[in-house]
Amino acid sequence: MFHLVQKRGWYFAISAVLLLIGAVAMIYSAIALGEPFRLSIDFTGGSLLELRFEQPVDLGRVRAIVADVGLAEATVQTLSGDQNVIVRSKPMEVATKEELKKLLGEAFGQPTELRFESVGPTVGQETTRAAGLAILASSIMILAFIALAFRSVPNAFRYGVCAIAKMLHDVFLLLGLLSIMGLLAGWEVDSLSLTAVLTVVGFSVQDVIVVFDRIRENINRRRGEPFETIVNRSLLETLHRSLATQLNAIFVMISIIFFGGVTIRQFMLIMLIGMVTGTYSSLFFAVPLLVVWERGELGRFFRRLVGKGATA
Amino acid sequence: MQPRDYRLLALIALITALAAWVAWPANPGIHLNLFGRKIEREIRILQGLDLQGGMQVLLEADLPADQPVDAEAMQAAKGIVENRVNGLGVTEPVVQSVGSRRILVELPGIQDPEAAVATLRQTGLMEWVDTNGVYLAPGTVIKTDFATSAASGAAITPTATLTATDGITTTAPVTPTEKVYHTVLTGRSLRRATVEFDSNGLPVIGFELDSEGAKIFAEFTANNIGRYLAIALDKVIISCPRISSAIPEGRGQITGQFTVAEAKAMVLQLRYGSLPIPLKVVDTRAVGPTLGQDSVNKSVRAGTIGLVIVLLFMFIYYRLPGFLADLALIIYALLNLTLFKLIPVTLTLPGIAGFLLSVGMAVDANILIFERMREELRQGRTLQRAIDSGFRRAWTSILDSNVSTWIICAILWVFGNSFGASMVKGFAVTLALGVAVSMFTAVTVTRTFVRTAFAIGGEKLGKIRWLLGI
Repeated sequence: MFHLVQKRGWYFAISAVLLLIGAVAMIYSAIALGEPFRLSIDFTGGSLLELRFEQPVDLGRVRAIVADVGLAEATVQTLSGDQNVIVRSKPMEVATKEELKKLLGEAFGQPTELRFESVGPTVGQETTRAAGLAILASSIMILAFIALAFRSVPNAFRYGVCAIAKMLHDVFLLLGLLSIMGLLAGWEVDSLSLTAVLTVVGFSVQDVIVVFDRIRENINRRRGEPFETIVNRSLLETLHRSLATQLNAIFVMISIIFFGGVTIRQFMLIMLIGMVTGTYSSLFFAVPLLVVWERGELGRFFRRLVGKGATA
Repeated sequence: MQPRDYRLLALIALITALAAWVAWPANPGIHLNLFGRKIEREIRILQGLDLQGGMQVLLEADLPADQPVDAEAMQAAKGIVENRVNGLGVTEPVVQSVGSRRILVELPGIQDPEAAVATLRQTGLMEWVDTNGVYLAPGTVIKTDFATSAASGAAITPTATLTATDGITTTAPVTPTEKVYHTVLTGRSLRRATVEFDSNGLPVIGFELDSEGAKIFAEFTANNIGRYLAIALDKVIISCPRISSAIPEGRGQITGQFTVAEAKAMVLQLRYGSLPIPLKVVDTRAVGPTLGQDSVNKSVRAGTIGLVIVLLFMFIYYRLPGFLADLALIIYALLNLTLFKLIPVTLTLPGIAGFLLSVGMAVDANILIFERMREELRQGRTLQRAIDSGFRRAWTSILDSNVSTWIICAILWVFGNSFGASMVKGFAVTLALGVAVSMFTAVTVTRTFVRTAFAIGGEKLGKIRWLLGI
């Protein structure tokens, strides 16, 4: 039988490295941009204008023209082979936008306006507050769900804590990803990104509960077997379901990412990555953590850590 | 197979047939004439602004945040905005109050967002106009000499709307009467307007002017008895009463052929002719029609490809049960489309994503069931028992996962009610709806199909291992 939980040291190391990369990105981003990830105008308020030109445009010249109309602090980005231009700025008056379009049109030929969004600062603040409430409410609901699912298990506390640790693990991985993609690809965290994170975290908690459920069932059925063996068996038994379900969801998501419109590509990518990491962390983080705890290794590990710290 | 299964099979067939008819893209809609009662209903999918292009504007009362907004005045402002939106000639516009101080306007398929915003923002202007003895029918667009002396017009508007006037003239170049009429008075002189009833019990509109207005009015009416004094709102004639006598004290009545409701509406317009509350645009979102159409085509393609892969996967991985689950999944897709059309759900891009994701959830239920069935079979149970316990034992897991998805959807829906996150709502609605439908198709429909197949094939099906994918 394949022993999934034997190499747990390695799995913890992988998780630690991934989380560390995310943390570094967030700290770097906080220093460089003033926020751990780029927040979109949904939350900060401001304007976004996307134009499409007939031929590729020169980014430097676009920037100069944008500065000319008084939007010096705007960020300008080109997409789709330099034919699409995205200008993000403080709230832009319609008159300013028209002038910008006119000037750019004179330089590069008349553009098509693909989208124009403008969010006032108060609306941005309200959305931010609503987002905070949504996160809070989801956390409470997920905690209640975990408490309910494990109310009658011996050592329920351990299962619960492992599930919560896994949830935080997944959330921080996604936040790290958003931060990295913000730095590398200019991804912005908008209300849809938040939606993707909340949805995926819900799925990921469900996923680990299915595995834990099976462990609970097998403990009663196979008394006398070592805990590690029971866990291993439970993992293998639920693996089919986990993989089949995730594969289907992944098929749909990949199909949208490749063939669907550009506007929800980022939304779907966050979900896809969240789905993959959620499945991964059920198997390679939450369950090994539970085993380590049940075997009393956790205490030993901490004692060793403290001991080292004392001698150093 | 029990009698219950036959009944369920018939029910499923009926529902599927109905759903297929409603979901059919070229559905003609319902146009019936039942005993004199006409039923007219279009059946089609409503597309959100991000799919068909258009714009969404949030207007907010431009008053200090701590100053309460008069609900009646806001209602009147909404009515005026509604009129202006209707004047834009957009199909299916939405004008709705959001909270106590905001109005949300959605303009699908609008070609010129700037002009639209300008029209919405402008401060409504009420004028008494000298028609030079001509009767002007309500609805006539006119030019007056008041607008040409632009300074006084701009004085009413505290927010800079110099672009606004440009915008209107470009979109409304059709001025049937090239003549410029003289504006006798504007709405600023109006002190009071109410609905009254004349001696015949017919509704009339009583009004009272301030002292300066009364003087001008007295002079004009005395010199023009028998001629018309039209009332125009935003350069559109709303009424053209005849002056029956001189009105010296600035009090008068407008008589005409109108109902009480119309009189009330007119009083509102007179009273609040210039927007009762200054409005400012706090948020706009515009999507060009090209991006919208492109998104529709791509989403349909992506959805089809995703669905086909899932169907293939289920068939290859679970064989006969997988094939039956595929049938249920097709019914699932039809039922969802039907509900989108009937409820109706306005589809947005995230909404389509939510629907496609719910396909994954629907399949998950079947996977849970089939995995349980396989386990039971491997332990040497009979096919009959494996089927029964597969469905029974997977049920709690299915319910658990669906309830938690609903909870997340509910939270997202509430979050989506905040304006900046309006796209989120579409996602939450389609996902929640999809999960609900999947409870029926992935469990009831699939179970009925599996039982039917078992009734036809019998216990020997269990012996043909490749058929069950064990």
